[in-house]
Amino acid sequence: MDNIMLKIDNISKQYKLGLIGGTTLREELQRWSAKMQHKEDPTRKIGAKEYTQGETFLALDRVSFEVRRGERVGIIGHNGAGKSTLLKLISRITAPTCGDIWLNGRVASMLEVGTGFHGELTGRENIYMNGAILGMKKREIDSKIEDIIEFSECRQFIDTPVKRYSSGMYVKLAFSVAAHLDSEIMIMDEVLAVGDMAFQKKCLEKMSDVSKEEGRTILYVSHNMNTIRQLCDRCIVLDHGQIIYDGGPEEAISIYMGIRSNTSNRISLRDLIRDPEFSSHPVTMTALECLGTDKSIFDVGSSIDLQLDCISSKEIRDAYIRFIIKSPDGRPVTMMTTDRGVHLAASIEKHICLTLDVGTLVPGRYTISPVVYEVNELGSNVNLDGLKEVFCFDITPVPGFNNNMIWQPRFWGYFYSQPIIINKEYTDSAQQEELRVKDDADGED
Amino acid sequence: MTNVKEEREHLYKTHISSDHRLFDLHIKETLQYRDLIFLFVKRNFTAQYKQTILGPLWAIIQPLLTTVVFTIVFGNLAKLTTADTPGSYAIPGFLFYMSSNICWGYFSSTSGATSNTFLDNRGTMGKVYYPRLVAPISTAFSRLVSFGIQLSMFIVIWLYFFLRGDTSIRITPMLLLIPFLVFQLMILSVGFGIIISAVTTKYRDLAMLVGFGLELWRYGCPIAYGLQLVPTKYMQLYLLNPVTPVLTAFRYAVFGFGFFDLRFYLISWGISIGVFLIGLILFSRIERTFMDTI
Repeated sequence: MDNIMLKIDNISKQYKLGLIGGTTLREELQRWSAKMQHKEDPTRKIGAKEYTQGETFLALDRVSFEVRRGERVGIIGHNGAGKSTLLKLISRITAPTCGDIWLNGRVASMLEVGTGFHGELTGRENIYMNGAILGMKKREIDSKIEDIIEFSECRQFIDTPVKRYSSGMYVKLAFSVAAHLDSEIMIMDEVLAVGDMAFQKKCLEKMSDVSKEEGRTILYVSHNMNTIRQLCDRCIVLDHGQIIYDGGPEEAISIYMGIRSNTSNRISLRDLIRDPEFSSHPVTMTALECLGTDKSIFDVGSSIDLQLDCISSKEIRDAYIRFIIKSPDGRPVTMMTTDRGVHLAASIEKHICLTLDVGTLVPGRYTISPVVYEVNELGSNVNLDGLKEVFCFDITPVPGFNNNMIWQPRFWGYFYSQPIIINKEYTDSAQQEELRVKDDADGED
Repeated sequence: MTNVKEEREHLYKTHISSDHRLFDLHIKETLQYRDLIFLFVKRNFTAQYKQTILGPLWAIIQPLLTTVVFTIVFGNLAKLTTADTPGSYAIPGFLFYMSSNICWGYFSSTSGATSNTFLDNRGTMGKVYYPRLVAPISTAFSRLVSFGIQLSMFIVIWLYFFLRGDTSIRITPMLLLIPFLVFQLMILSVGFGIIISAVTTKYRDLAMLVGFGLELWRYGCPIAYGLQLVPTKYMQLYLLNPVTPVLTAFRYAVFGFGFFDLRFYLISWGISIGVFLIGLILFSRIERTFMDTI
């Protein structure tokens, strides 16, 4: 019980939908008078969805969990899942609608680096400023200022106003202050997404160190699954304001990927919401079906048979299809495209059967992002429709693959090549070599 | 359930809850952040005058020029009286306008700046927690530094007039009242400012009104004219303006004569404390969720 640093008890956060706040009294009066006369709201944007008065949205829906001392908890989920709201509540930026949060120690929230930095002040002055905003006393900063300057790698410029800093230096300085806080609970919202790779690595190591050595608790939100893997020993997956998983990071990451992608063998694509770049799509992909199997699980070395259904609003002479294969953390692994164009007649649905050779992908979970495109007379690419990460499949190892060891994509990549052929093995002793050759010759007889 | 909560109150250091107590003003916590208040004051002050040639001299130039204009317009052209009570000596115009202008200047600049607390600080307040009251308090103190500079300028000019001996300036024990007057101006302006700031999180209109309203308010105070100009039948009403007794008492203190009515002075204190308390309560109510509406 006394090791629990953070207890979140049934908290919800409700936001009102539609237009609230930030309006002028005049608009409010206009709206009120229109309502009295049963007319349309004059301040409403044309075409905007009309929300009735009092319609609400639950950003967090009865969330409860506990975090113990020294735990490094990653929080993942899609945009709008409630991650940032959760961090805002814990760091007291806004209050919950209902429920309680109990904290056992000081909270340092790094929802942004360099909060309170002022361009006119020097690096040193800003360290004091930022430190004080994060809750440090002047005495504490005095005792740590040398460490902070050292860690930031900005000693040379420490007495220069920060408005003259490069953005990288700015971030380094800001992060260094936060990393030296003496708080028992640290809350970070993708602050590591900035800065160069070497500094990112240094920060992650620093965070792991303070957590392991000083028993500090870390809550970390990120979309970068690699940093989650490196830093966290526990992971919470949020979806639509609720916790759907709480446990090990690897399992959490695959669940997170799974919510986005569908594993059933026929997926309707017609009504899926397109990204802005595909918002006006002359072609509509209507369905994607995985042929010949119920489950989208494949052995290493096999291929996938798919059927893609498309309908076009105009005639397209040569429509090509491209599949972008991505790894679970959202990084593109490879791209495959059709060998020839398909003729699409206007308003007639076409069923296209395809074979994807995924034989060189290593075991793991992948997603497919299909794109239909044509090549215009200038030879450049024109996208006709596209969807991101709609389909998900697993590649499983076969006995003997990689000498029965688990493939680690982080070190070895996502492709496997044919095994290396050993042509001959010998030692330097000529005699032994002769003997071996002789043995072989004997064997052949 | 209540028992569980009570038990947890002992086990955990901080409790963030959805319910709000009326007098949950975070005073103790605000005091713990006094280093931050000091740094904010220092930041406001240095950032304001960085890359200027005259630096803090600008704090003097503004009231000095206003005083010159007032002396010409209201003194030499309009010839308004500078006497607060009938039959008392007329105070030299320049000193009169300067004393009222620096006091009013402190009040109006502090109210104006604190009324924008949430709007100006939403960048930091949306990213990190510190007691929100730190922001208006440090604003009040940074304005106090400017006021201090202006007051020293006033003292120099006052000494010049005093040593020349051609005025009726007298030194009286009333001088000791000055710190209390300044303190009263401070809590009144902060109280007034944070009430506005709490309301403007939803309706921005009020922010527009503040600048304009303060300008009008200025003419409702005996700044450009002596109290004697006010018709007797409106005097009672006029003195209910909480700034007026402070201004006349300040003049009484520095010149040694003038108008001082203890009754209205105490009423003005009452109003100041009342405004300040209402401000605190409103502020602590709004600060919990202002990020959602701002």
